[in-house]
Amino acid sequence: MRFEFSQEQFQFRDAVRDVLAKTCQPGDVREAWNNQTGRAPSAWAALHDMGVLAMLAPTEAGGLGLTELDIVLILEETGRCALPEPIVETALIAAPEGWVNGTDSASVSLPESPFGVWTDTCASVVTLTADGVRVAPRESVRLTQRESVDGARRLFAIDMGSTAPIAPVTSTALAFRRGVLGTSAQLLGLADRMIEMTVDYVKEREQFGVKIGTFQAVKHHLANARTKLEFARPLTYRAAASLASRDALASQHVSMAKVQSSDAASLAARVALQCHGAIGYTTECDLHLFMKRSWALERAWGAANWHRRMIAQSLFERL
Amino acid sequence: MDLTFSESEEQFRSEVREWLTVNVPKPALPSGDTAPGFALHLEWERKLFDARYSVVSWPSDLGGRDATLWEWLIFEEEYWLANAPQRVTQNGIFLLAPTIFEFGTAEQQRRLLPKMASGEHTWCQGWSEPNAGSDLAGISSRAVRDASAGGWRLAGQKTWTTRGAFCTHLFGLFRTEPEAAASGSRPGRHHSMTYFLVELDQPGVTVRGVERLDGDLGFAEVFFDDVFVPDDMVLGGVNEGWSVAMATTGSERGLTLRSPGRFLATAQRLIELCKERIASGGARDQAVQDRIVQAWIDAEAYRWQTFGTVTRLVDGAKSGAESSMVKLFWSELDVRLQELALELLGPHAELIDGDFAHWMKAYEFALAGPIYAGTNEIQRNVVAERVLGLPRK
Repeated sequence: MRFEFSQEQFQFRDAVRDVLAKTCQPGDVREAWNNQTGRAPSAWAALHDMGVLAMLAPTEAGGLGLTELDIVLILEETGRCALPEPIVETALIAAPEGWVNGTDSASVSLPESPFGVWTDTCASVVTLTADGVRVAPRESVRLTQRESVDGARRLFAIDMGSTAPIAPVTSTALAFRRGVLGTSAQLLGLADRMIEMTVDYVKEREQFGVKIGTFQAVKHHLANARTKLEFARPLTYRAAASLASRDALASQHVSMAKVQSSDAASLAARVALQCHGAIGYTTECDLHLFMKRSWALERAWGAANWHRRMIAQSLFERL
Repeated sequence: MDLTFSESEEQFRSEVREWLTVNVPKPALPSGDTAPGFALHLEWERKLFDARYSVVSWPSDLGGRDATLWEWLIFEEEYWLANAPQRVTQNGIFLLAPTIFEFGTAEQQRRLLPKMASGEHTWCQGWSEPNAGSDLAGISSRAVRDASAGGWRLAGQKTWTTRGAFCTHLFGLFRTEPEAAASGSRPGRHHSMTYFLVELDQPGVTVRGVERLDGDLGFAEVFFDDVFVPDDMVLGGVNEGWSVAMATTGSERGLTLRSPGRFLATAQRLIELCKERIASGGARDQAVQDRIVQAWIDAEAYRWQTFGTVTRLVDGAKSGAESSMVKLFWSELDVRLQELALELLGPHAELIDGDFAHWMKAYEFALAGPIYAGTNEIQRNVVAERVLGLPRK
């Protein structure tokens, strides 16, 4: 038993964190709220240059042939900076199956997450349904735009027209699990960032002549959020390992990951807002960029309770 | 990352499982927090010791089997899955022993540990006092040097001493420089305490049992009136008791006191109870079922968080303030688990006779978790200050 990432996996994570700290600052996320595409092209290009987009693509297709376990920490970083890019859909779901290549991106929708994100600027559109996987070039599908509370997330209802399934139901299941895993990882990064921002804030902000971070009421909020995160991370990492080894219980493990990371991000967002006070309730404060991404991802790919009920089916199967 | 146990670890697991299947007392023993129950538990402890299962992680010459941390976790998982008795020796083997391993002399280790492992000596913790609970550094019980006799003389009172009415020995903190503490000057409150190991069956010691919330005599007040303790029963340096004691609180909060196996087993039993209630005609309550699933996920989360910690400890890391998050998590999880059982039992929950009585007992026990080993409010302060770096003042 060894439940820890390798030095190489940590080093690559750190390298990606450094690059994203430069290319995906809060200003870049704000820019995505206001630009045509909702995306952050220089961050996307940097991730492509580092090989992140093709990490899971087979080596024959020019990829690195790596696994979910190798990318999970990277995806956590994309959450930490609220990267406005379809990285989960592209690097974790489409690239390993050859549904997308190069710097192209993919958008994915499914019954539990019916809106594609950034679909109008993605090369490939993928839908996951009970009868299999459909993949189509963007030009051949009909899109209806919807507006998200997260201004960077450009949402689209997707009509695949007469496109037939290209991949069997087993591929749907794997693609779904990957999407749940990637979203869980991003929620961990978001939770961590919101806690960090809030810790920084309460160490500076003074009331009654002292830093508000000295108040137990504030400390206890943040301790609760940090503890929740502490007991969410391991289940996401374990789910990544289960997917990488094609564990028979991988489906249950990714559901556990999503439950725990959704709830951790939800609490982190509430605590962050409360401890920021009124400044956190403005769009001038960066907090809302991370909070709104969390609100969206907590429910995308199955909300916590949806996944709890999935798990219940196996735990209570003999009923 | 490698999420499989080795062949020898799996072999160990099946040996433990087999032994427990044959030997775990059925029906379950009565509470170990009553005089007759304690005696029955000691028989069980002796049986564990004879099979070298009482302290698996200790060196073999002290009564253990040199088990690794992984094997210890495996043992714990199997122990609780088998519904084996609560360990009435736990405060010795899980709290005091790690401190003796770290601070005791080789002679103290040889003299004290085998008897602890066999249950011949049973240890209770003497920390809290009537006026010093969460603020442990506020203790006033004191020890005065008796140079001619080669030891110390203790005076004062300890309280909330778990199983103090039945144990043979007490480990505790006593003030050895009371003037320094009172004046607030150096060495100050934290540097004027010493860690003593005290035999309770001797003149000057008075133990009065205190009935706990669950009706058992599980607590005690222990009074010291000119009680002699020889020098070889001082653990660590004179006036260094605080840092020695803090090493013990680390184990109490963190890895060793409440292993994940305990909560995994309870979550499993809760799921079984839910199935039984439905099978016997009870209504299916989706909301309660959702919460049961969540409690089971939390038990799994605790297991995997522990696996990460153990991996890092094996790599040579030291456990730190993260142990406060662990204590917060398991103590609150335990309350949720037992509460859910009571919800399932409905009007039968209040019964303290019959087949379900153990759930109310376990609920009452779980309610102590957020209070002992440093209240959860204190733990939250520790997490905020030492994990997140918030200012103390």
